[in-house]
Amino acid sequence: MHGLVAVDLHVIWQQVFHPNHILFRTLWATVYISVAAQAAGVLFGLLAALARMSRFAVLRWISAIYVWIFRGTPLLVQIFYIYFAFAWPTLQTGFWTVPDAAIAGTVALSINEGAYMREIIRAGIDSVDKGQMEAAKSIGMTYGKAMRRIILPQAARVIVPPLGNEFNNMMKNTSLLFTIGVFELFAYSNQNYSQFFIADYFLAIAIWYLFLTTIWTFIQAWIERRLSVSERGEELSFRERLELAWNPMTAWTRGAHHR
Amino acid sequence: MTEVVMQAEDVHKSFGKLKVLKGISLEVKKGETVCIIGPSGSGKTTFIRCINHLEKIDSGRIEVNGQLIGYRQRNGKLVEDSERNIARQRTQIGMVFQRFNLFPHKTALENVIEAPVHVLGEKKEQAIGLGTALLQRVGLGDKLDTYPGKLSGGQQQRVAIARALAMGPTLMLFDEATSALDPEVIGEVLAVMEELARAGTTMIVVTHEMGFARKAADRVLMMDDGLIIEEGTPEHFFEAPEHERTKQFLSKIL
Repeated sequence: MHGLVAVDLHVIWQQVFHPNHILFRTLWATVYISVAAQAAGVLFGLLAALARMSRFAVLRWISAIYVWIFRGTPLLVQIFYIYFAFAWPTLQTGFWTVPDAAIAGTVALSINEGAYMREIIRAGIDSVDKGQMEAAKSIGMTYGKAMRRIILPQAARVIVPPLGNEFNNMMKNTSLLFTIGVFELFAYSNQNYSQFFIADYFLAIAIWYLFLTTIWTFIQAWIERRLSVSERGEELSFRERLELAWNPMTAWTRGAHHR
Repeated sequence: MTEVVMQAEDVHKSFGKLKVLKGISLEVKKGETVCIIGPSGSGKTTFIRCINHLEKIDSGRIEVNGQLIGYRQRNGKLVEDSERNIARQRTQIGMVFQRFNLFPHKTALENVIEAPVHVLGEKKEQAIGLGTALLQRVGLGDKLDTYPGKLSGGQQQRVAIARALAMGPTLMLFDEATSALDPEVIGEVLAVMEELARAGTTMIVVTHEMGFARKAADRVLMMDDGLIIEEGTPEHFFEAPEHERTKQFLSKIL
Protein backbone atom coordinates (compact mmCIF):
# COMPACT_ATOMS: atom_id res chain seq x y z
CA MET A 1 0.00 0.00 0.00
CA HIS A 2 1.02 3.55 -0.54
CA GLY A 3 1.59 5.71 2.45
CA LEU A 4 0.41 9.27 2.75
CA VAL A 5 3.39 10.90 1.10
CA ALA A 6 4.91 7.97 -0.66
CA VAL A 7 5.64 8.77 -4.27
CA ASP A 8 5.89 6.04 -6.81
CA LEU A 9 9.06 7.24 -8.48
CA HIS A 10 8.89 4.51 -11.05
CA VAL A 11 5.52 5.68 -12.36
CA ILE A 12 6.69 9.28 -12.46
CA TRP A 13 9.97 8.37 -14.16
CA GLN A 14 8.27 6.24 -16.72
CA GLN A 15 5.48 8.72 -17.41
CA VAL A 16 7.72 11.74 -17.66
CA PHE A 17 10.85 10.37 -19.31
CA HIS A 18 9.47 7.43 -21.24
CA PRO A 19 6.10 8.69 -22.40
CA ASN A 20 4.27 6.30 -24.69
CA HIS A 21 2.47 7.27 -27.85
CA ILE A 22 -0.87 7.54 -26.05
CA LEU A 23 0.51 10.21 -23.75
CA PHE A 24 1.82 12.09 -26.75
CA ARG A 25 -1.55 11.82 -28.42
CA THR A 26 -3.30 13.31 -25.40
CA LEU A 27 -0.61 15.95 -25.00
CA TRP A 28 -1.20 16.93 -28.61
CA ALA A 29 -4.97 17.06 -28.00
CA THR A 30 -4.45 19.38 -25.05
CA VAL A 31 -2.19 21.63 -27.10
CA TYR A 32 -4.31 21.87 -30.21
CA ILE A 33 -7.54 22.40 -28.27
CA SER A 34 -5.87 25.14 -26.19
CA VAL A 35 -4.44 26.93 -29.21
CA ALA A 36 -7.63 26.68 -31.27
CA ALA A 37 -9.88 27.72 -28.40
CA GLN A 38 -7.64 30.63 -27.45
CA ALA A 39 -7.34 31.85 -31.04
CA ALA A 40 -11.10 31.72 -31.53
CA GLY A 41 -11.56 33.26 -28.09
CA VAL A 42 -9.40 36.23 -29.07
CA LEU A 43 -11.46 36.62 -32.24
CA PHE A 44 -14.76 36.51 -30.31
CA GLY A 45 -13.32 38.93 -27.77
CA LEU A 46 -12.24 41.31 -30.53
CA LEU A 47 -15.67 41.21 -32.18
CA ALA A 48 -17.35 41.75 -28.81
CA ALA A 49 -14.98 44.62 -27.98
CA LEU A 50 -15.70 46.33 -31.31
CA ALA A 51 -19.43 45.75 -30.79
CA ARG A 52 -19.09 47.21 -27.30
CA MET A 53 -17.61 50.40 -28.79
CA SER A 54 -20.05 50.53 -31.71
CA ARG A 55 -22.35 53.47 -32.26
CA PHE A 56 -25.22 51.03 -32.76
CA ALA A 57 -27.02 50.35 -29.49
CA VAL A 58 -28.09 46.86 -30.61
CA LEU A 59 -24.50 45.73 -30.98
CA ARG A 60 -23.55 47.18 -27.61
CA TRP A 61 -26.43 45.28 -26.04
CA ILE A 62 -25.52 41.98 -27.70
CA SER A 63 -21.96 42.42 -26.47
CA ALA A 64 -23.13 43.17 -22.93
CA ILE A 65 -25.49 40.19 -22.79
CA TYR A 66 -22.82 37.86 -24.16
CA VAL A 67 -20.36 38.83 -21.45
CA TRP A 68 -23.04 38.80 -18.76
CA ILE A 69 -24.05 35.22 -19.56
CA PHE A 70 -20.68 33.64 -20.18
CA ARG A 71 -18.88 35.22 -17.25
CA GLY A 72 -21.85 34.68 -14.97
CA THR A 73 -22.27 30.93 -15.39
CA PRO A 74 -19.88 28.04 -14.69
CA LEU A 75 -17.63 26.98 -17.54
CA LEU A 76 -18.46 23.35 -16.85
CA VAL A 77 -22.17 24.04 -17.31
CA GLN A 78 -21.45 25.82 -20.58
CA ILE A 79 -19.36 22.90 -21.80
CA PHE A 80 -22.10 20.37 -21.01
CA TYR A 81 -24.84 22.48 -22.53
CA ILE A 82 -22.96 23.21 -25.73
CA TYR A 83 -21.94 19.56 -26.16
CA PHE A 84 -25.33 18.01 -25.49
CA ALA A 85 -27.60 20.69 -26.98
CA PHE A 86 -26.21 20.51 -30.49
CA ALA A 87 -25.27 17.76 -32.89
CA TRP A 88 -21.54 18.17 -33.42
CA PRO A 89 -19.77 16.55 -36.35
CA THR A 90 -16.59 14.56 -36.16
CA LEU A 91 -13.80 16.01 -38.23
CA GLN A 92 -11.98 13.40 -40.24
CA THR A 93 -8.88 14.07 -42.26
CA GLY A 94 -6.54 11.49 -43.69
CA PHE A 95 -4.41 10.92 -40.62
CA TRP A 96 -6.08 13.02 -37.94
CA THR A 97 -9.50 12.66 -36.35
CA VAL A 98 -11.10 15.30 -34.20
CA PRO A 99 -14.05 13.77 -32.34
CA ASP A 100 -17.32 15.66 -31.87
CA ALA A 101 -16.67 16.17 -28.15
CA ALA A 102 -13.35 17.88 -28.89
CA ILE A 103 -15.06 20.21 -31.35
CA ALA A 104 -17.89 21.04 -28.96
CA GLY A 105 -15.40 21.49 -26.13
CA THR A 106 -13.21 23.81 -28.20
CA VAL A 107 -16.25 25.87 -29.15
CA ALA A 108 -17.41 26.08 -25.53
CA LEU A 109 -13.96 27.08 -24.27
CA SER A 110 -13.57 29.71 -26.99
CA ILE A 111 -16.96 31.32 -26.45
CA ASN A 112 -16.29 31.46 -22.72
CA GLU A 113 -12.82 32.84 -23.36
CA GLY A 114 -14.17 35.53 -25.68
CA ALA A 115 -16.20 36.97 -22.84
CA TYR A 116 -13.03 37.46 -20.80
CA MET A 117 -10.97 38.62 -23.77
CA ARG A 118 -13.47 41.36 -24.57
CA GLU A 119 -12.51 43.44 -21.56
CA ILE A 120 -8.80 42.78 -22.07
CA ILE A 121 -8.96 43.87 -25.71
CA ARG A 122 -11.12 46.89 -24.91
CA ALA A 123 -8.66 48.00 -22.23
CA GLY A 124 -5.88 47.61 -24.80
CA ILE A 125 -7.70 49.71 -27.39
CA ASP A 126 -8.57 52.31 -24.74
CA SER A 127 -4.90 52.54 -23.78
CA VAL A 128 -4.01 53.86 -27.23
CA ASP A 129 -3.97 57.65 -27.39
CA LYS A 130 -7.09 59.12 -29.03
CA GLY A 131 -4.83 61.19 -31.29
CA GLN A 132 -3.74 58.00 -33.05
CA MET A 133 -7.19 57.40 -34.51
CA GLU A 134 -7.41 61.04 -35.55
CA ALA A 135 -4.00 60.95 -37.18
CA ALA A 136 -4.92 57.74 -39.02
CA LYS A 137 -8.17 59.29 -40.22
CA SER A 138 -6.40 62.48 -41.26
CA ILE A 139 -4.21 60.51 -43.66
CA GLY A 140 -7.29 59.01 -45.26
CA MET A 141 -7.79 55.74 -43.39
CA THR A 142 -11.21 54.31 -42.74
CA TYR A 143 -12.09 53.16 -39.22
CA GLY A 144 -11.38 49.54 -40.06
CA LYS A 145 -8.01 50.19 -41.64
CA ALA A 146 -7.00 52.51 -38.80
CA MET A 147 -7.92 49.76 -36.30
CA ARG A 148 -5.95 47.10 -38.16
CA ARG A 149 -2.85 49.09 -39.02
CA ILE A 150 -2.55 51.68 -36.26
CA ILE A 151 -4.66 51.00 -33.17
CA LEU A 152 -4.55 47.22 -32.68
CA PRO A 153 -0.77 46.85 -33.17
CA GLN A 154 -0.32 49.39 -30.38
CA ALA A 155 -3.05 47.87 -28.24
CA ALA A 156 -1.26 44.52 -28.58
CA ARG A 157 1.41 45.61 -26.11
CA VAL A 158 -1.22 46.06 -23.46
CA ILE A 159 -3.23 43.02 -24.52
CA VAL A 160 -0.46 40.43 -24.73
CA PRO A 161 0.54 40.13 -21.04
CA PRO A 162 -3.01 39.34 -19.79
CA LEU A 163 -3.62 37.31 -22.95
CA GLY A 164 -0.66 35.18 -21.95
CA ASN A 165 -2.21 34.52 -18.58
CA GLU A 166 -5.48 33.64 -20.26
CA PHE A 167 -3.73 31.08 -22.45
CA ASN A 168 -2.01 29.67 -19.40
CA ASN A 169 -5.43 29.16 -17.82
CA MET A 170 -6.77 27.80 -21.07
CA MET A 171 -4.22 24.98 -21.15
CA LYS A 172 -5.28 23.95 -17.67
CA ASN A 173 -9.00 24.41 -18.36
CA THR A 174 -8.91 21.96 -21.25
CA SER A 175 -8.80 19.27 -18.56
CA LEU A 176 -12.50 20.00 -17.94
CA LEU A 177 -13.25 18.54 -21.36
CA PHE A 178 -12.47 15.13 -19.88
CA THR A 179 -16.00 15.31 -18.47
CA ILE A 180 -17.59 15.17 -21.93
CA GLY A 181 -15.26 12.42 -23.07
CA VAL A 182 -12.43 14.26 -24.77
CA PHE A 183 -9.30 12.15 -24.57
CA GLU A 184 -6.73 14.69 -23.46
CA LEU A 185 -3.91 14.72 -20.88
CA PHE A 186 -6.08 14.51 -17.81
CA ALA A 187 -8.31 11.82 -19.29
CA TYR A 188 -5.20 9.76 -19.92
CA SER A 189 -3.99 10.04 -16.33
CA ASN A 190 -7.44 9.25 -15.04
CA GLN A 191 -7.60 6.18 -17.25
CA ASN A 192 -4.30 4.97 -15.80
CA TYR A 193 -5.47 5.65 -12.29
CA SER A 194 -8.69 3.75 -12.83
CA GLN A 195 -6.64 0.80 -13.98
CA PHE A 196 -3.85 0.77 -11.39
CA PHE A 197 -5.11 2.95 -8.54
CA ILE A 198 -1.81 4.76 -8.30
CA ALA A 199 -2.32 8.47 -7.63
CA ASP A 200 1.12 9.28 -8.99
CA TYR A 201 -0.31 9.16 -12.49
CA PHE A 202 -1.95 12.46 -11.60
CA LEU A 203 1.33 13.80 -10.27
CA ALA A 204 3.06 12.79 -13.50
CA ILE A 205 0.43 14.52 -15.60
CA ALA A 206 0.76 17.62 -13.41
CA ILE A 207 4.41 17.66 -14.42
CA TRP A 208 3.36 17.55 -18.07
CA TYR A 209 0.99 20.47 -17.56
CA LEU A 210 3.81 22.31 -15.80
CA PHE A 211 6.02 21.56 -18.78
CA LEU A 212 3.47 23.13 -21.15
CA THR A 213 2.87 26.23 -19.04
CA THR A 214 6.60 26.73 -18.53
CA ILE A 215 7.31 26.58 -22.25
CA TRP A 216 4.52 29.09 -22.71
CA THR A 217 6.14 31.44 -20.16
CA PHE A 218 9.23 31.53 -22.35
CA ILE A 219 7.28 32.07 -25.54
CA GLN A 220 5.27 34.85 -23.91
CA ALA A 221 8.39 36.64 -22.71
CA TRP A 222 9.81 36.41 -26.21
CA ILE A 223 6.65 37.83 -27.80
CA GLU A 224 6.47 40.69 -25.31
CA ARG A 225 10.09 41.51 -25.94
CA ARG A 226 9.50 41.66 -29.67
CA LEU A 227 6.48 43.92 -29.18
CA SER A 228 8.40 46.36 -27.03
CA VAL A 229 11.22 46.94 -29.51
CA SER A 230 10.16 50.51 -30.17
CA GLU A 231 8.90 51.33 -26.71
CA ARG A 232 10.62 54.44 -25.52
CA GLY A 233 13.22 54.10 -22.81
CA GLU A 234 11.39 51.37 -20.91
CA GLU A 235 12.77 48.40 -22.70
CA LEU A 236 12.92 45.37 -20.42
CA SER A 237 15.44 42.63 -20.96
CA PHE A 238 14.34 39.10 -21.74
CA ARG A 239 15.25 38.07 -18.20
CA GLU A 240 13.14 40.85 -16.71
CA ARG A 241 10.17 39.92 -18.88
CA LEU A 242 10.55 36.35 -17.70
CA GLU A 243 10.55 37.44 -14.09
CA LEU A 244 7.49 39.53 -14.78
CA ALA A 245 5.69 36.58 -16.30
CA TRP A 246 6.69 34.33 -13.42
CA ASN A 247 6.14 36.61 -10.52
CA PRO A 248 4.61 40.00 -11.13
CA MET A 249 5.21 41.20 -7.57
CA THR A 250 8.97 40.61 -7.34
CA ALA A 251 9.56 41.93 -10.82
CA TRP A 252 7.54 45.00 -10.02
CA THR A 253 9.42 45.85 -6.84
CA ARG A 254 12.74 45.07 -8.45
CA GLY A 255 11.87 47.02 -11.55
CA ALA A 256 10.70 50.01 -9.53
CA HIS A 257 14.12 51.52 -8.95
CA HIS A 258 15.33 51.47 -12.52
CA ARG A 259 12.31 53.20 -13.89
CA MET B 1 -8.51 84.76 -60.71
CA THR B 2 -6.74 82.18 -58.63
CA GLU B 3 -8.69 79.10 -57.77
CA VAL B 4 -10.28 78.73 -54.36
CA VAL B 5 -8.97 75.73 -52.40
CA MET B 6 -11.08 76.01 -49.28
CA GLN B 7 -14.37 77.70 -48.84
CA ALA B 8 -16.35 77.81 -45.61
CA GLU B 9 -19.82 79.32 -45.48
CA ASP B 10 -21.56 80.24 -42.26
CA VAL B 11 -20.23 77.27 -40.30
CA HIS B 12 -21.91 76.59 -36.97
CA LYS B 13 -20.87 74.04 -34.40
CA SER B 14 -21.90 73.31 -30.82
CA PHE B 15 -20.68 70.89 -28.22
CA GLY B 16 -23.89 70.24 -26.34
CA LYS B 17 -25.13 73.62 -25.22
CA LEU B 18 -21.81 75.33 -25.81
CA LYS B 19 -21.77 77.19 -29.12
CA VAL B 20 -18.20 77.00 -30.38
CA LEU B 21 -18.56 78.29 -33.93
CA LYS B 22 -21.20 80.93 -34.57
CA GLY B 23 -21.00 81.41 -38.31
CA ILE B 24 -17.55 81.22 -39.82
CA SER B 25 -17.05 82.11 -43.45
CA LEU B 26 -13.66 81.97 -45.07
CA GLU B 27 -12.15 81.59 -48.49
CA VAL B 28 -8.58 80.41 -48.99
CA LYS B 29 -6.99 80.65 -52.42
CA LYS B 30 -4.36 78.43 -53.93
CA GLY B 31 -0.89 79.16 -52.57
CA GLU B 32 -2.17 81.29 -49.71
CA THR B 33 -0.98 80.99 -46.12
CA VAL B 34 -3.67 82.00 -43.68
CA CYS B 35 -2.94 82.27 -39.97
CA ILE B 36 -5.71 82.05 -37.43
CA ILE B 37 -4.99 83.61 -34.05
CA GLY B 38 -7.15 84.10 -31.01
CA PRO B 39 -7.50 83.21 -27.35
CA SER B 40 -8.02 79.60 -26.31
CA GLY B 41 -11.68 78.68 -26.45
CA SER B 42 -12.28 81.00 -29.38
CA GLY B 43 -13.03 78.04 -31.66
CA LYS B 44 -10.01 78.18 -33.94
CA THR B 45 -8.95 74.56 -33.33
CA THR B 46 -12.54 73.36 -33.69
CA PHE B 47 -12.84 75.22 -37.00
CA ILE B 48 -9.68 73.75 -38.45
CA ARG B 49 -10.80 70.26 -37.37
CA CYS B 50 -14.11 70.80 -39.16
CA ILE B 51 -12.25 71.37 -42.40
CA ASN B 52 -11.23 67.70 -42.61
CA HIS B 53 -14.35 66.52 -40.86
CA LEU B 54 -12.71 65.38 -37.65
CA GLU B 55 -15.56 67.39 -36.17
CA LYS B 56 -19.02 67.38 -37.70
CA ILE B 57 -20.54 70.75 -38.37
CA ASP B 58 -24.11 71.59 -37.36
CA SER B 59 -24.89 73.91 -40.25
CA GLY B 60 -23.20 75.77 -43.05
CA ARG B 61 -20.92 74.13 -45.56
CA ILE B 62 -17.23 73.57 -46.14
CA GLU B 63 -15.78 72.85 -49.56
CA VAL B 64 -12.26 71.83 -50.46
CA ASN B 65 -11.38 71.95 -54.15
CA GLY B 66 -15.05 72.49 -54.89
CA GLN B 67 -16.06 69.31 -53.08
CA LEU B 68 -18.41 69.42 -50.15
CA ILE B 69 -16.59 67.99 -47.13
CA GLY B 70 -18.22 65.31 -45.01
CA TYR B 71 -21.68 65.71 -46.44
CA ARG B 72 -23.69 64.91 -49.50
CA GLN B 73 -26.59 66.80 -50.88
CA ARG B 74 -29.74 64.71 -51.04
CA ASN B 75 -33.10 66.29 -51.90
CA GLY B 76 -31.80 69.69 -50.95
CA LYS B 77 -30.69 68.43 -47.55
CA LEU B 78 -27.18 67.69 -46.36
CA VAL B 79 -26.61 64.16 -45.10
CA GLU B 80 -23.35 62.80 -43.80
CA ASP B 81 -21.25 61.19 -46.49
CA SER B 82 -20.07 57.58 -46.44
CA GLU B 83 -16.99 56.76 -44.42
CA ARG B 84 -15.12 55.78 -47.56
CA ASN B 85 -15.82 59.06 -49.31
CA ILE B 86 -14.84 61.08 -46.26
CA ALA B 87 -11.61 59.11 -46.02
CA ARG B 88 -10.89 59.77 -49.70
CA GLN B 89 -11.49 63.50 -49.25
CA ARG B 90 -9.09 63.58 -46.33
CA THR B 91 -6.23 62.42 -48.55
CA GLN B 92 -6.49 65.89 -50.14
CA ILE B 93 -6.02 67.58 -46.79
CA GLY B 94 -2.86 67.21 -44.73
CA MET B 95 -3.14 67.81 -41.01
CA VAL B 96 -0.45 68.49 -38.43
CA PHE B 97 -1.50 68.13 -34.82
CA GLN B 98 -0.39 69.91 -31.69
CA ARG B 99 0.75 66.63 -30.15
CA PHE B 100 2.31 65.23 -33.36
CA ASN B 101 0.38 61.93 -33.13
CA LEU B 102 3.09 59.98 -34.92
CA PHE B 103 2.57 56.24 -35.00
CA PRO B 104 4.98 55.10 -32.26
CA HIS B 105 5.24 51.52 -33.56
CA LYS B 106 6.56 52.71 -36.91
CA THR B 107 9.86 54.34 -37.86
CA ALA B 108 10.01 57.87 -39.23
CA LEU B 109 10.05 56.57 -42.80
CA GLU B 110 7.28 54.05 -42.13
CA ASN B 111 5.15 56.86 -40.71
CA VAL B 112 5.65 58.87 -43.86
CA ILE B 113 4.99 56.05 -46.36
CA GLU B 114 1.98 54.68 -44.49
CA ALA B 115 -0.57 56.72 -46.41
CA PRO B 116 1.02 56.45 -49.87
CA VAL B 117 1.33 52.67 -49.59
CA HIS B 118 -1.71 51.67 -47.55
CA VAL B 119 -4.20 54.36 -48.47
CA LEU B 120 -3.27 55.49 -51.97
CA GLY B 121 -1.95 52.09 -53.00
CA GLU B 122 1.38 53.23 -54.37
CA LYS B 123 4.28 50.85 -54.84
CA LYS B 124 6.47 50.58 -51.78
CA GLU B 125 9.77 51.35 -53.55
CA GLN B 126 8.26 54.45 -55.08
CA ALA B 127 6.85 55.55 -51.71
CA ILE B 128 10.22 54.99 -50.03
CA GLY B 129 11.82 57.30 -52.59
CA LEU B 130 9.19 59.96 -51.97
CA GLY B 131 9.30 59.47 -48.18
CA THR B 132 13.09 59.76 -48.10
CA ALA B 133 12.96 62.95 -50.14
CA LEU B 134 10.30 64.44 -47.86
CA LEU B 135 12.25 63.59 -44.71
CA GLN B 136 15.32 65.18 -46.29
CA ARG B 137 13.24 68.24 -47.07
CA VAL B 138 12.33 68.63 -43.38
CA GLY B 139 15.97 68.05 -42.43
CA LEU B 140 15.66 64.48 -41.16
CA GLY B 141 17.37 62.53 -43.90
CA ASP B 142 19.52 60.83 -41.25
CA LYS B 143 16.57 59.67 -39.11
CA LEU B 144 14.72 57.45 -41.58
CA ASP B 145 14.84 54.33 -39.43
CA THR B 146 14.44 56.00 -36.05
CA TYR B 147 11.31 55.40 -33.99
CA PRO B 148 9.37 58.47 -32.81
CA GLY B 149 10.19 57.67 -29.18
CA LYS B 150 13.84 58.36 -29.90
CA LEU B 151 13.21 61.72 -31.60
CA SER B 152 12.90 65.14 -29.97
CA GLY B 153 9.57 66.96 -30.09
CA GLY B 154 10.76 69.21 -32.89
CA GLN B 155 11.97 66.25 -34.91
CA GLN B 156 8.70 64.38 -34.33
CA GLN B 157 6.71 67.35 -35.54
CA ARG B 158 8.83 67.59 -38.66
CA VAL B 159 8.20 63.90 -39.35
CA ALA B 160 4.50 64.61 -38.86
CA ILE B 161 4.69 67.38 -41.45
CA ALA B 162 6.42 65.02 -43.89
CA ARG B 163 3.75 62.39 -43.19
CA ALA B 164 0.99 64.88 -44.04
CA LEU B 165 2.82 66.01 -47.21
CA ALA B 166 3.28 62.44 -48.40
CA MET B 167 -0.27 62.23 -49.69
CA GLY B 168 0.34 65.20 -51.95
CA PRO B 169 -2.44 67.23 -50.33
CA THR B 170 -3.76 70.43 -51.89
CA LEU B 171 -4.34 71.97 -48.46
CA MET B 172 -2.31 71.75 -45.27
CA LEU B 173 -3.81 72.36 -41.84
CA PHE B 174 -1.63 73.15 -38.84
CA ASP B 175 -3.34 72.94 -35.47
CA GLU B 176 -1.08 74.78 -33.01
CA ALA B 177 1.81 72.79 -34.39
CA THR B 178 4.40 74.38 -32.10
CA SER B 179 2.39 74.78 -28.88
CA ALA B 180 3.54 71.50 -27.34
CA LEU B 181 7.21 72.06 -28.15
CA ASP B 182 10.10 73.20 -26.00
CA PRO B 183 11.07 76.79 -26.85
CA GLU B 184 14.45 75.83 -28.28
CA VAL B 185 12.99 73.53 -30.94
CA ILE B 186 10.07 75.71 -32.06
CA GLY B 187 12.33 77.47 -34.55
CA GLU B 188 13.22 74.33 -36.51
CA VAL B 189 9.53 73.49 -37.03
CA LEU B 190 8.62 77.06 -37.97
CA ALA B 191 11.49 77.09 -40.46
CA VAL B 192 10.00 74.07 -42.20
CA MET B 193 6.58 75.69 -42.25
CA GLU B 194 8.04 78.91 -43.65
CA GLU B 195 9.77 76.95 -46.37
CA LEU B 196 6.45 75.29 -47.28
CA ALA B 197 4.71 78.67 -47.41
CA ARG B 198 7.43 80.07 -49.68
CA ALA B 199 7.11 77.02 -51.94
CA GLY B 200 3.48 77.91 -52.53
CA THR B 201 1.73 75.36 -50.30
CA THR B 202 -1.82 76.33 -49.41
CA MET B 203 -1.87 76.43 -45.62
CA ILE B 204 -4.25 77.25 -42.81
CA VAL B 205 -2.26 77.70 -39.64
CA VAL B 206 -3.70 78.00 -36.16
CA THR B 207 -0.88 79.53 -34.17
CA HIS B 208 0.28 81.89 -31.46
CA GLU B 209 3.57 82.52 -33.24
CA MET B 210 3.24 86.09 -34.48
CA GLY B 211 6.79 85.96 -35.77
CA PHE B 212 5.74 83.19 -38.14
CA ALA B 213 2.62 85.10 -39.15
CA ARG B 214 4.73 88.16 -39.96
CA LYS B 215 7.21 86.19 -42.08
CA ALA B 216 4.95 83.73 -43.83
CA ALA B 217 1.29 84.69 -43.69
CA ASP B 218 -0.59 86.33 -46.51
CA ARG B 219 -3.54 86.95 -44.23
CA VAL B 220 -4.19 86.80 -40.53
CA LEU B 221 -7.58 86.15 -38.97
CA MET B 222 -8.47 86.94 -35.41
CA MET B 223 -11.09 84.66 -33.88
CA ASP B 224 -12.95 85.34 -30.70
CA ASP B 225 -15.98 83.61 -29.21
CA GLY B 226 -16.75 81.57 -32.32
CA LEU B 227 -16.47 84.37 -34.84
CA ILE B 228 -13.82 85.92 -37.05
CA ILE B 229 -13.67 89.42 -35.66
CA GLU B 230 -10.81 90.88 -37.64
CA GLU B 231 -8.96 90.07 -40.80
CA GLY B 232 -5.96 91.63 -42.46
CA THR B 233 -2.33 91.46 -43.46
CA PRO B 234 0.24 90.63 -40.77
CA GLU B 235 1.38 94.28 -40.88
CA HIS B 236 -2.14 95.43 -40.13
CA PHE B 237 -2.17 93.31 -36.97
CA PHE B 238 1.23 94.57 -35.85
CA GLU B 239 0.69 98.21 -36.65
CA ALA B 240 -2.97 99.07 -36.43
CA PRO B 241 -5.28 96.41 -35.04
CA GLU B 242 -8.77 97.85 -34.86
CA HIS B 243 -10.79 95.63 -32.61
CA GLU B 244 -10.44 96.07 -28.87
CA ARG B 245 -10.28 92.28 -28.31
CA THR B 246 -7.50 92.03 -30.87
CA LYS B 247 -5.46 94.72 -29.17
CA GLN B 248 -5.91 93.03 -25.80
CA PHE B 249 -4.98 89.64 -27.19
CA LEU B 250 -1.91 90.87 -29.06
CA SER B 251 -0.66 92.82 -26.07
CA LYS B 252 -0.66 89.55 -24.12
CA ILE B 253 1.18 87.38 -26.63
CA LEU B 254 3.65 89.87 -28.15
